[in-house]
Amino acid sequence: MSVELDVFVGNTTIMDKEVYQLWLNGYTVNDAVKVRIEGGIMEECEASAEVLLSDTMDQYRTFQMCERLLHHPAKLANQLLFQIPPDRQAMLIERYYAFDDAFVREVLGKKLSKGTKKDLDDVSAKTGIMLKSCRRQFDNFKRVFKVVEELKGPLVENIRQHFLLPDQLARDYAAIVFFANNRFETGKKKLQYLTFHDFAFCAGQLINHWTVGAVDNMMDDMDVDLDKEFLQDLKDLKILITDKDLLDQHKSLVCTALRGKTNVFNEMEANFKNLSRSLVNIAAKLINAKDVRDFFIDLVEKFIEPCRSDKWTSIDVNLYLIHYTNSVHILDTFKHHGVWNRYMGVIKSCILRMYHE
Amino acid sequence: MPGKLKVKIVAGRHLPVMDRASDLTDAFVDVKFGNTTFKTDVYPKSLNPQWNSEWFKFEVDDEDLQDEPLQITVLDHDTYSANDAIGKVYIDIDPLLCSEAATVISGWLPIYDTIHGIRGEINVLVKVDFFNDLNRFRQSSCGVKFFCTTSIPRCYRAVMVHGFVEELVVNEDPEYQWIDRIRTPRASNEARQRLIFLMSGELQRKIGLKVLEMGGNAVVGYLQCFDLEGESGLVVRAIGTACTLEKISTLTSASATHPSNSSPSKDMKDSPQAAPSTLGCRSTHSSPVHSASGRLSQGFSVSVPTLLFAGMKPRHRSSEAPRFRQCRPVFGEEAPGIPLSSGPPTPLRVQTFSSFSPSKSYSRQSSSSDTELSLTPKTGMGSGGSAGKEAGPLKALLRQQTQSALEQREYPFFTLTSFPPGFLLHVGGVVSARSVKLLDRIHNPDEPETRDAWWEEIRQEIKSHAKALGCHAVLGYSESTSICEEVCILSASGTAAILGSRFVQDGPLDTDYRLSRQPLVFSTGAERVEGDMGSSASLGFEEVAPPGCGFCHIPYDELNIPFPAQLTYCYYCRRFKVPDVLFTTIDLPTEANVTGKGCLIQARLCRTKKKAQGEGNATAISNLLPFLEYELHTQLMNKLKLRGMNSLFGLRIQISVGETMLLGLASATGVYLTALPSPGRIQIAGKTPSDITYEQHISNMQKKINDTIAKNKELYEVNPPEVVEEMIGSPIPEPRQRSRLLRSHSESSDEVTELDLSHGKKDAFVLEIDDTDAVEDIHALLTDSPMPPGFYSCNTEIMPGIQNWTSAIQMFTSVRVFRLNNANLTNQGLNKIFSDLCENLLKSLYFKLRSMIPCCLCHLNFTVAVPEDELIQVAVTAVAMSFYKDQTLENGRQSGDKTLIKAITENDEQLQFNLELNAESSSSNPLSSTKGLSDVSGSHPSARAPPVDYSSFADRCSSWIEQLRLKAHTIRRGSVKTTSSLEKASPLPEGRSRSLQSNRSYSGSSVTVVKMTPLSFIPGAKITKYLGIINMFFIRETSSLREEGGVSGFLHTFIAEVFAMVRAHVAALGGNALVSYSMKECVFMENPNKNQAQSLINVSGDAVIFVRESELEATSVQPQSAATRETSNGGDGT
Repeated sequence: MSVELDVFVGNTTIMDKEVYQLWLNGYTVNDAVKVRIEGGIMEECEASAEVLLSDTMDQYRTFQMCERLLHHPAKLANQLLFQIPPDRQAMLIERYYAFDDAFVREVLGKKLSKGTKKDLDDVSAKTGIMLKSCRRQFDNFKRVFKVVEELKGPLVENIRQHFLLPDQLARDYAAIVFFANNRFETGKKKLQYLTFHDFAFCAGQLINHWTVGAVDNMMDDMDVDLDKEFLQDLKDLKILITDKDLLDQHKSLVCTALRGKTNVFNEMEANFKNLSRSLVNIAAKLINAKDVRDFFIDLVEKFIEPCRSDKWTSIDVNLYLIHYTNSVHILDTFKHHGVWNRYMGVIKSCILRMYHE
Repeated sequence: MPGKLKVKIVAGRHLPVMDRASDLTDAFVDVKFGNTTFKTDVYPKSLNPQWNSEWFKFEVDDEDLQDEPLQITVLDHDTYSANDAIGKVYIDIDPLLCSEAATVISGWLPIYDTIHGIRGEINVLVKVDFFNDLNRFRQSSCGVKFFCTTSIPRCYRAVMVHGFVEELVVNEDPEYQWIDRIRTPRASNEARQRLIFLMSGELQRKIGLKVLEMGGNAVVGYLQCFDLEGESGLVVRAIGTACTLEKISTLTSASATHPSNSSPSKDMKDSPQAAPSTLGCRSTHSSPVHSASGRLSQGFSVSVPTLLFAGMKPRHRSSEAPRFRQCRPVFGEEAPGIPLSSGPPTPLRVQTFSSFSPSKSYSRQSSSSDTELSLTPKTGMGSGGSAGKEAGPLKALLRQQTQSALEQREYPFFTLTSFPPGFLLHVGGVVSARSVKLLDRIHNPDEPETRDAWWEEIRQEIKSHAKALGCHAVLGYSESTSICEEVCILSASGTAAILGSRFVQDGPLDTDYRLSRQPLVFSTGAERVEGDMGSSASLGFEEVAPPGCGFCHIPYDELNIPFPAQLTYCYYCRRFKVPDVLFTTIDLPTEANVTGKGCLIQARLCRTKKKAQGEGNATAISNLLPFLEYELHTQLMNKLKLRGMNSLFGLRIQISVGETMLLGLASATGVYLTALPSPGRIQIAGKTPSDITYEQHISNMQKKINDTIAKNKELYEVNPPEVVEEMIGSPIPEPRQRSRLLRSHSESSDEVTELDLSHGKKDAFVLEIDDTDAVEDIHALLTDSPMPPGFYSCNTEIMPGIQNWTSAIQMFTSVRVFRLNNANLTNQGLNKIFSDLCENLLKSLYFKLRSMIPCCLCHLNFTVAVPEDELIQVAVTAVAMSFYKDQTLENGRQSGDKTLIKAITENDEQLQFNLELNAESSSSNPLSSTKGLSDVSGSHPSARAPPVDYSSFADRCSSWIEQLRLKAHTIRRGSVKTTSSLEKASPLPEGRSRSLQSNRSYSGSSVTVVKMTPLSFIPGAKITKYLGIINMFFIRETSSLREEGGVSGFLHTFIAEVFAMVRAHVAALGGNALVSYSMKECVFMENPNKNQAQSLINVSGDAVIFVRESELEATSVQPQSAATRETSNGGDGT
């Protein structure tokens, strides 16, 4: 004796947020029922386990049927199969495209390829996120990446329009796409202390200032790639460390400005040349794709770690970078002010964000 | 060539990829109507083609326009091989043929394939240039409007209700043709779909012709069904009620009707007219059981009246003067010998007679009476009296006239379930008939005589049952079949009733006219009455009983009660006899006085049956049927008592036959009618009282039952007004004296009255536990689990006791199939399984819809089937509607006072009636009786709170106040003001204005594109236009069942697709809702071993445009903008 068939179809599609979340999290029907029972819904609604099972199965089926529409959220609005109120649609989409920070941290900057997908079980084991959910999140990244890759115009706006995502989520996806496209290294041990949001912030800075779209705002290029011309120009900054006079001049200007304003003045003075060399070298190497990948690890190894070992506070770092950036403009022989500002603006905000005391 | 159909194919979207290489599609469209086909150009390499075709024009007969669907096929062009079909769209162009319905079909329609489901959408434009054919001999019936709604549609007024129309057409089922062996499943499905579309079209056309012939212009309560008889063919049959409808002009509807039109009550109600009424009701179920005799296919019939109320002894033997002088034949077929019922027409009869539509083919008796009638003078009453009933009950006579008029018709049946005021006078009870037939091949599809004859038999049976109940009409009539292999059970049921002559006569009476007249007539003397009789008697006399209880009064003769029943005086008006229980198939009349809330009551039964073939099988089934029906009724009765209620509305009994079992499911809405006595206790009696444990067991059970009753009474707020009881039995002298007085005028003996009043509640309903059956009964009684808090349910249009709906509605369909793995089940075991299946299904529904609490599941419609051995399928369609809680509480609090005040109001009315009685009974002195009465009223003014003049005012307004109350949220501020002075007469919930506001804010947030509901109304909104009937039939088949998510996934998708297609078609007609939706067929077959499944679904409803009350408010300020609002609203819907 068994229920062979059991369906419920509403004219307005009924979707339970809680069950939706369980489904998104990759729970099987039975596990989801367990979770719901533990949540006390049976007492609340006088329901039996049987009823819960039936409801959960039904909801899962509905979600599965909806899933293909969720892959193209724009279709959800003008499809006829499910009548879903707009606020519900927005909820469905937002939650479907939401991701776990722990998961995204694992794949950030990795190539969104089949190979990576195969490794998702490791990611799942490591993060405790169910494989099914990992796959969904990974597929979302990949889908967004594929659609946006070919599109012109501002990255965030494209994502928002094509996937009907709320602003913050669209920005996060922009970061993910940007990282995946440039293959930034984020997995090294030394970078483990950084959260996804740190990286997303940095990505936002890079997108807004270092891509082609950032300068001329023209529609005919994309936000996904760094501005090659700019990277080329960065080489010119080398003069700051190769020209001995300039380096000394720069140091004395910075030190004059900092003197008395910080407890770590001595360390700053002592490390100035090292730090300056690191920053300029990072800039100069960015023309090589491989070094772009190491951008964050370089920042950490060559700037953040030395500072941290000297016990700088974020305020110190901020102060130092302000004067370090501004002093350059007083150097008469230095001509590349535009490039310098564009470079240091991003570097400064990235370092500050990445500088966890 | 009276019609030109024009079609334009605009574009497609979301098409499937047909060319794997390019991931694109080269689509073109084939447009076919009749035998003419047009093609669009190929739109290469696109999933969103823009054809923007020219107008394809088809010049066709209007007959074809009605029969044929427009068939649009989307194909993928292939240079080298045959073009691949992507899918089809069938468009029923019938709505375009009626000037008052839709004018254009335009919008995105899903492209449907029977194997793949919906595959993209196509945007089309369809118009018809139509020249009406005035040819008398035409075969078409364009322009006749069809409504699935089983009441007079909202924006229409019934001028006349002509009566029953039926038709059936048969054909060979393409699935069973030889060619099916060689064609693909897709081709076979499509042939079937197309054939059914064609047959439905033809059926509608033929029904339309009959309507025209009768002089009507519309069919209301149109019910079309398919019988898939397998080898023996495919039958499409339809029944309906022919009416002449008149559109209420937009101006009036904007101003005058607004309080009610969005309400669940009928249009007609807004006229402040007191509802009609008269005698009696009896809850009988006479169920004729047909046993198969030797020649099954010919019909036979032992008709065994099933007496349902086994536990009651008719205590009432009164010898009072019969209200009607003539004795009605009980269970007699026709009664030609009785002068009143079918004798020579009395003059009065003329009136009713002439009012009938001039349908020759439908009137059985000679039309000579017509002429006679027209000649009869107005003094006819006098002559009528002299003809043998001087001092006779005019009322009865008048009723006779209506009756005889109705008898002219072949079948005085009405498929309507709710009625304009004045239509329904008395309800007799449920009548039903079943017959078991053996199917044989239909040899000549053009002459479906056997099927016709079968139904004719059943209808005759119904008619005679109605007559046995003293009724001349059957309301809420429906027909159904259940087929298993070659055995077919035909069932019909309805509610025997007596109708007012008004609608049978001439339509929309102005109620003011009637009411203002009524007192006048009665207050004048006897001569006056006689003189006026011709013109006003039929109106006045029949309407004397108060509207809240009139329909409960028994229509049959007390002396010849057709079944054992316990009669008491109406607990409401105290003047007429009522039965102790009332069963009906109709909706609760809006004017009925109800205590508390209603609830869904179901009786479920499963009986095993031996496998058999042919006649043996049919005999076995017909032998089982009476027991099944008897037990269903016992169950219903017990459950009703358990809930402390005394009447059932919307009763629907479905019997489904399978190879090894019979399933019976009876659903109805239980209600406590204030007019009926409160149900007695249920008492359990054991037959072996010696055993102590046994006794204990019994007393435990008794306690459980008592507890449940108490709990239920609380839950449904069934607190029978103590007021009433005091009035009867209390020592307070005034009311009692008064009622006695009244009675003494209407009845001949006082003692009898006394006796009548006293019994009733003393009687307990005894359940004897003397066998396993009884134990089982009690078990079933107690296993119905209570609804979770915040939920109510009913299977009728309106939930008694709840009026303050929000605009949140959710229509749904749920299907379950249960497999019985254990072949050797006892009846009890089966019963339990079946009952649990239904209970669990309901529980699931409550859980699913918990976010809508407080909410009521309305129009819960269960369909059971036995798709194959060991499988039970239950399908439910209903609508969940939430309501405002705070108001309910207030209503509950006020209900007590309300009934009190109402009762008093009615008492005042009684005075008038009494006068009338005096006037007509020549024996008593009108003057003295009047004096006596006025004495009573004068000496106890305090007993009747509202002054007389006030009450008459209140009475006049009561019906529309009722409506106001029904949908409080629909009321605008202005109307609240107007009614505020009446608050006491019919207490409007105080919370109303509050709810008004909240509703207003709510309506803005509504986002649903096309609403669907099985009800005839949309809460919080007014239906402004009916766009035509939607009647669609789909087949879906798969040979990759597992890949589509198994049986559940398959059916889930299919139902969702059907909903989507219905919504799209409604939207294309310009509508934003489908009302009176029903899923009439949901057949599901599977073969998991072959990974295959097939399903058929038939749905129907009325496409409408509705406008939210809040918008309407703005509209009524500027009536001119109404039209634009309407269209903009429709636009929103698309």
